Formats: sequence, structure tokens, C-alpha cells
Amino acid sequence: MSEMATNKPATQDRRRPGTFRAALKRDLLLAFRNRRDLVNPLVFFLMVATLFPLGVSPEPTFLAELAPGLVWVAALLATLLSMDSLFRADYEDGTLEQALLSPQPLILVVLARVTAHWVMTGLPLTLMAPLLGLMLFLPSEGMPGLMLSLLLGTPTLSLIGAIGAALTVGLRKGGMLISLLVLPLYIPVLIFGSGAVQAAVTGLPLAGYLALLGAMLALGLVLAPLAIAAALRISVSG
Amino acid sequence: MAEALLKVEKLFCERDDRILFDGLSFEVHAGEVLQIEGQNGSGKTTLLRILSGLSRNFEGDIAWRGEPLDEAMQDFRASLLYFGHQPGVKATLTPEENLNWYAALHPDIDVDGIADALSRVGLAGYEDVPCHNLSAGQHRRVSLARLYLSRAPLWILDEPFTAIDKKGVAEKEQLILNHAARGGAVVLTTHHELTLAGLRRINLDDRAGTS
Repeated sequence: MSEMATNKPATQDRRRPGTFRAALKRDLLLAFRNRRDLVNPLVFFLMVATLFPLGVSPEPTFLAELAPGLVWVAALLATLLSMDSLFRADYEDGTLEQALLSPQPLILVVLARVTAHWVMTGLPLTLMAPLLGLMLFLPSEGMPGLMLSLLLGTPTLSLIGAIGAALTVGLRKGGMLISLLVLPLYIPVLIFGSGAVQAAVTGLPLAGYLALLGAMLALGLVLAPLAIAAALRISVSG
Repeated sequence: MAEALLKVEKLFCERDDRILFDGLSFEVHAGEVLQIEGQNGSGKTTLLRILSGLSRNFEGDIAWRGEPLDEAMQDFRASLLYFGHQPGVKATLTPEENLNWYAALHPDIDVDGIADALSRVGLAGYEDVPCHNLSAGQHRRVSLARLYLSRAPLWILDEPFTAIDKKGVAEKEQLILNHAARGGAVVLTTHHELTLAGLRRINLDDRAGTS
């Protein structure tokens, strides 16, 4: 017994990276088994690019001018669309309670969940973006800016959105409230993200925009898990 | 007498302008089985959620091994097995994957014991079947398998016998007795008639203030 007690800190430290890995593995597996839900945001993303020229104007010069903002807005809304379900299933089947009661740090579990969410939505959106760019006649000089800004921006969108999802998980209809809570925080990401694409199109240096997006991501990575964990405890406590 | 594992003093909880309990005080010692009784809606689940640290919607003091619960949270969580209203089982995962995840959350659990725990709850051969293909009782058995795995001294069980067959209930009763005999403590709610020796009961029906 005393041997066990002295060994405990060492085993815990050895296992701690395991928590994140195990949670990430589980979340990716869950996402994979429910993969039909994952297609929704991607279809939405594609639909915007398909319908917009039909609804407004198929004029290439006009579309090329709108493309940076349009792709970014579509990516942002597609992310937002997928946010509501982030913790809902876990809340309803009681696995969220179990995670909250675990002696392991909740922020690791939460970070794994957001990472899995990004891998299943943000990353595919980023990879699909050039296709949308092409459909909207975005000049080819703009492509690297589009990809890089989405690569840095979508994880921030997932992190911020998860705060809103955690705050509203206890409410039966939280979808609308998430949008209200989260959209103001999405705006800076949108401005600098589409700004980066504009700059890339006109041949201006990208570094400033990307640095700002990177800074937002770094800040989000450090602070958002704390906020998400605290919000989940409040939601479940209610 | 040894120090109480869990000590509750003057607990007050109100929900939707209705007082569920007021001035509720009790202790849970090692080796004890405590049954919370009451009608539907009397606040049994609420009390268990408060005791487990999930809900903070209360007034009063809860101490874990003599320390206020808020300060002893880390130790408390490592010593707690909570079986909630929802079994905490992912329908799209297999029983084995579910328990593996639980083991990742609780580092003191021996992962090699998972297959054995599943066969003890009668799920041998179902390890690789997604839980949504299991019956309601089997679904809850996946969660009950944690009782065989956990080394936590305090068990808080909310209706653990719902949808479990007679034989299963008898086994779980024995398991609860064994746990208490080993020096563990159990707080549970159930509508089954428990025939455990040394069972202590708290009834919530008469605890409500004048409503």
C-alpha cells in the first residue's frame, strides 16, 4: 500500500500525456463512426460557393473581387453550424459527467475534443477552400493566402465556438444563443483572415496578417480550454 | 471512531421555488452502505449530484476526510466512482472502448481487468458490439462493469439496478456488500427492496421544509 502511494506521482506523470491521446483517439473514433454528421458543414460550404454565383452574378471579375470574403464567411458559418453538437451528445448520455468527475485535468479532455472537431471540420474546409476559390474565380496568387489563413484561422474558430457550445450545452435549444455569444469573437478572425487573402491577391506581404492570426490562435490555445472547462462545469451544475 | 469519509452538514437545496431538503446532516463512514429514499421528485438524484461535486446548487458544508470538499477536490475525484442517471456509455463505441476511455480518465484502473469485468457483468462475447446494438439492461451493465474495475473507496450510485434482471441485482448487492466489507462506502438510491445487512437509510420525504 505504501509502495503504491510513493509510486503514484511517477505513474501519473507518465500517464498524463496519455489522457490527451486517449481522449483524442476516442473523439476521432466517435467522429468517424458518426461521419454522416460531418458532411453537413462541408456540403454547406460547397453550397454557398455554388449558389452565390447563381443568385448574384456569374461575372468572373465581380466574383473574384468577392471571393476572399465569401470563402471566409462560408467557412466561418460552416464551423458555427457544427458547433452546437460539440458537447451535446456527451451531455445527454452522461459521459460528460464522467469526464468532469475524473481526477485527470479536464482541459486536456476538452482540448482533445476541440482538436478532433478541427480535424473533422476545419481541416477539410481548409483543404476544400482552393476548390471554392477556383469556382469563384479567385486569382491563383490568392490561393496560398487562402490556405494559410484558413489553416491558422479555423482552429481559432473551433476553440472560440467550443466556449459557446460549453456554455449552452445545458439548454435545450442552444443553437441560436451560440451564434449570439460567439459571432462577436469571430469577427476579428474573419477580418484578418479575409484580409490575408486580399493581400495575397494584390501581391502585398502576408506576414502581418498571418502573424496576427497566429497570435489569436496561440491566445486561444492557452485560454480557451480553461474557459471551456469552466463553462462545462457551470452548465452541468445547473 | 474513525473519521467520516464524507460529512454533510446543514445541507439546503431549493429547486424551482420548492425546498427539496433543509438542514440535512449525515456522515458516511468507511464500511457503510447508505440508501437515500424518497418519492419521485424528492431530490434523491439532486442530492447525489451535490455529493459527487457535480452540482453546486446548494447551501451547507460537505467535507471529504475532514477537509472541505472544494479544497480536497483532486483527492475526492480520485476516490469517487459515480454512477449517474445516464449511464455514461457511448452508444457508438463498443463496451470495451467505453471502459478503455473510463480507464484513461482514472489512472488507477488496471486496463487488463476490463475483459474480466465485462464477463462478470455477463457481457462476454459482446466486447466488439457497438453499444447501440445492446439491450437497455446490457447498456447499463457496461457502466456497472466499472464497479469491478474501480479501486475508488466511495461509490455514489443513482438507481444502479434499473433495467437489470434479478440475478444481476443479486450479484450487484453482493458486490456492494463486499465493497463495504473491504472498507469502502456506498451511497445509493434504488426502488428495489434491498436486503443488505447493516444498511442505513435516509428518507428525504420528511426533510423538505414547509412548502
